[in-house]
Amino acid sequence: MTPEPLLQIRDLHASFVSYRGLARVLNGVNLTVGRGEKVGLVGETGCGKSLTMRAVLGLLQPPRARVRGEIWFAGRNLLALPSRELEQIRGREIAMIFQDPMAALNPVFTIGDQLLDVIARHPKGRPSATEAWERALAILREVALSDPERVMRAYPVQLSGGMRQRVLIAMALVNEPALVIADEPGTALDVTIQEQILLLMRSLVDAKGLSVLLITHNLGVVRALTDRVYVMYAGSIAETAPTADLFRTPKHPYTQGLLASVPKLSGEGVPRGIEGMIPDYLAPPPGCRFAPRCPFAQPRCQQPPPWVTVDTDHQVACVLYDAAPAPRLP
Amino acid sequence: MSEPLLRVDNLVKHFPIRAGFLMRQVGVVRAVDGVSFSLSPGETFGLVGESGSGKTTLAMTLLGGYRATAGEIWFRGDNIADPVARRRRPALTKEIQVVFQDPGSSLNPRRTVRQTLEVPLRVHRLVSTHGEAARQIARLLETVELPAEFMHAFPAALSGGQKQRVAIARALATEPSFIVLDEPTSALDVSVQGKIIALLLDLQRRLNLTYLFITHDLSLMRNVATRVAVMYLGKLAELADTASLFGNPLHPYTRMLLSAIPVVSEAEERLKPRWVVPRGETPSPARVPPGCSFHPRCPDAFAVCPRIDPVAASADGRHVVRCHLYPGCTPAEVADAART
Amino acid sequence: MNAVAVAPAREHLRRTWYAFSRNGGSVVGLGIVVAIVLLTTFAPWLTPFPRHARAFTDFEHAGLPPGRPYALGTDTIGRDIFTRVVFGYRFSLLLGVVVLTAAVPTGVLLGLLAGYYRGWPETVIMRITDIFLSIPPLALALAIMAVLQPNLQNAMLAVSAMWWPWYTRLVYGLVSSLRTEGYVQAAQIVGASPAHILLREILPNCLPAVLTKMTLDMAFVILIGSSLSFLGLGVQPPDPDLGTMVADGAKYMPDLWWISVFPGLAILVVVLGFSLLGDGLRDVFGVEV
Repeated sequence: MTPEPLLQIRDLHASFVSYRGLARVLNGVNLTVGRGEKVGLVGETGCGKSLTMRAVLGLLQPPRARVRGEIWFAGRNLLALPSRELEQIRGREIAMIFQDPMAALNPVFTIGDQLLDVIARHPKGRPSATEAWERALAILREVALSDPERVMRAYPVQLSGGMRQRVLIAMALVNEPALVIADEPGTALDVTIQEQILLLMRSLVDAKGLSVLLITHNLGVVRALTDRVYVMYAGSIAETAPTADLFRTPKHPYTQGLLASVPKLSGEGVPRGIEGMIPDYLAPPPGCRFAPRCPFAQPRCQQPPPWVTVDTDHQVACVLYDAAPAPRLP
Repeated sequence: MSEPLLRVDNLVKHFPIRAGFLMRQVGVVRAVDGVSFSLSPGETFGLVGESGSGKTTLAMTLLGGYRATAGEIWFRGDNIADPVARRRRPALTKEIQVVFQDPGSSLNPRRTVRQTLEVPLRVHRLVSTHGEAARQIARLLETVELPAEFMHAFPAALSGGQKQRVAIARALATEPSFIVLDEPTSALDVSVQGKIIALLLDLQRRLNLTYLFITHDLSLMRNVATRVAVMYLGKLAELADTASLFGNPLHPYTRMLLSAIPVVSEAEERLKPRWVVPRGETPSPARVPPGCSFHPRCPDAFAVCPRIDPVAASADGRHVVRCHLYPGCTPAEVADAART
Repeated sequence: MNAVAVAPAREHLRRTWYAFSRNGGSVVGLGIVVAIVLLTTFAPWLTPFPRHARAFTDFEHAGLPPGRPYALGTDTIGRDIFTRVVFGYRFSLLLGVVVLTAAVPTGVLLGLLAGYYRGWPETVIMRITDIFLSIPPLALALAIMAVLQPNLQNAMLAVSAMWWPWYTRLVYGLVSSLRTEGYVQAAQIVGASPAHILLREILPNCLPAVLTKMTLDMAFVILIGSSLSFLGLGVQPPDPDLGTMVADGAKYMPDLWWISVFPGLAILVVVLGFSLLGDGLRDVFGVEV
């Protein structure tokens, strides 16, 4: 019962020209976000999750970046669209929630100025001044900001970190986009505020039936907010599964290592983590890019890994699950 | 219990807020507002708090970065908070060291690892010749499991974990007995974090180090600290052995914190206290609410909370809490007045 | 995991050049600056009539339009404009180098002190700086020149006197943020001396911004020097200065246009060169000035 796809990334490759040569970062990313679905994209520093997001937003441009593949959004291939049409989609049909609210808000304009500016770009046309003001107050109330009139007149510095994050959510949702891309939302905030933000996002997104692509390194946040998860390693998807399945029965050795690395509340000591480092993108290993760090690596890993379906909606890019019965993993 | 290595007694650090042409004082930031605890040699004392709790100010005051407004810090028989002593004796700066959070900022980007590690050695005259310095630096790098040739590298060539190892080496250079670890792994990936923590714990055993461990990652704290103090708006809310604090959190704020931890398994969900709806944010330490400073966010607040600031008390002598819900926390005269 | 770039110098150079050369303008700027420096250094050998640089008359060839052998024409007393422009660059560069050599160390030192020592040093230094910054540079220089003899030395003095505050403010801002960096705090905690912290830990991290601003300022100083000369307050005849030459030639516009147009263009080229180079450095270092 997969929902109709809204965003579909097919075989996305991205390389970058650097002074040392060509960095082949994204190496065939496949990812689908269904309508009304909340999807997480997790990975560690440098795995390419932010690049994937930037590609979707059309922010990877030649001559520095070389992008190949397809990004289908609501029936259009974003990579083939002229930049003018892309701008129409960006911010209207696809909205962003950034990690650092202070950086995403302009310090010299009031919240009202910035929010009304977004409302003026509504896809169904610019509303009247009173209409826009009403909409702004309504959305601020929806993100549980008390006294929205005061917030409208406030400058970003006059708000607390949690309030700024709420304002960003309001700005992302006010034009009723089809897809919200959230980059590490709330991870710059304290844990009690972060939880409030996650709860708020979940209730708003569910109420409006929006699709969400949540990009984060925080496994706990993914588990709290999403229906399905993609785990990314070194420029490609290692594994995807419904969130509960992934956390209960991770299949890819990287996913297993990552989950095992998280210190647990049960207090049996801090796990060692995963040996080794992310590969050098100028000279990535052939075949499976995780192989040099993988405890189960074998000669077959020199070939690109197969994409194996291990369970309903649960797929993994690893030879361990190819054809032969899956070996027992510790 | 053994003689404490460090004893903090009613420590206060206030920052004046000045404004206007004459820079008149118009208010005060109560960053640290009467904190007491002590550290036994060889333990890892955890300090938990959200932004605005004052945990970083507390650490910087212990490190001598700030002069205490009031209170005492006893370290090996010296009161090092003494406002008269303008600079700490070298013997003392040698003993107390720090590892900061951000590996990007903790190493000078324009100095090689060797130049960075040479500073503590030279300042404390631990080496006299060039060759001696090189040998000592190689030894320090070996201690943090890095090859000696790293001394010629600039920080930009190192990964986050490697930078943090160099920062640990710098802290170890003067052979301290006490190290403040201010979020030492927060900026690192979780797959790297474990190795740094393992190194720190191994060093602690081998060199008999005492740690003050600051982190906002409570799951990590659960696995590292021997005792944990929870700080809120400049004061300690609760202080207990780690297992006791996580297994039986008493203060409503501690419960709110623990119930908000994002975890990765069902088993862990069951270890969290009953879910507390998180509400509000920590107010600015420049405008501390009256009475118990947590009362505006507290799900259990009652009549006395906005009026009277509770005092710390303990039923068993080890698990200390500062909340009116518990006996002994309401100052005696107030309790008497309420009764009559 | 232990692979590390331990031979960073060449690597660093390659990366820097890569970042620098990505902007075509900065390469052009570098080319202009290098060309002008070479041209002025070897001026006696590279110009056709080095004697024309000073007092010289040749009325037979006075007022000739651009052609051979006077590529840019001659002035009203028969001197080769090209030669005089090249020698004029000497004075411009000299002015720039001397002014910055005087102003930058002063400004940087005061900025370091004000940024690091909070309290009265900060207040005193920054208030004085503000006073200087509030006076328009050319007006201040004119005031100083009105009191002193108009000549090159005094022009340098006047321009230096108004230039240091910009560096004080730049470095003050940088230090204010750098002093909370982990490595500065770590050095303080281990007991390093203020001299070590200011000169070894903080100063090296200010230099990219200072160097960038110096490059951009070369353009401004040259422009101000030329303005002073144009008003007759800088380099005195018969020494060639681009500003003086523009002023002299202005009387013969538009008939003998080349006498002032080429020195004017020469000012434009050198200012453009330093500005483009400065922009390039700003991109490479990623600094705001």
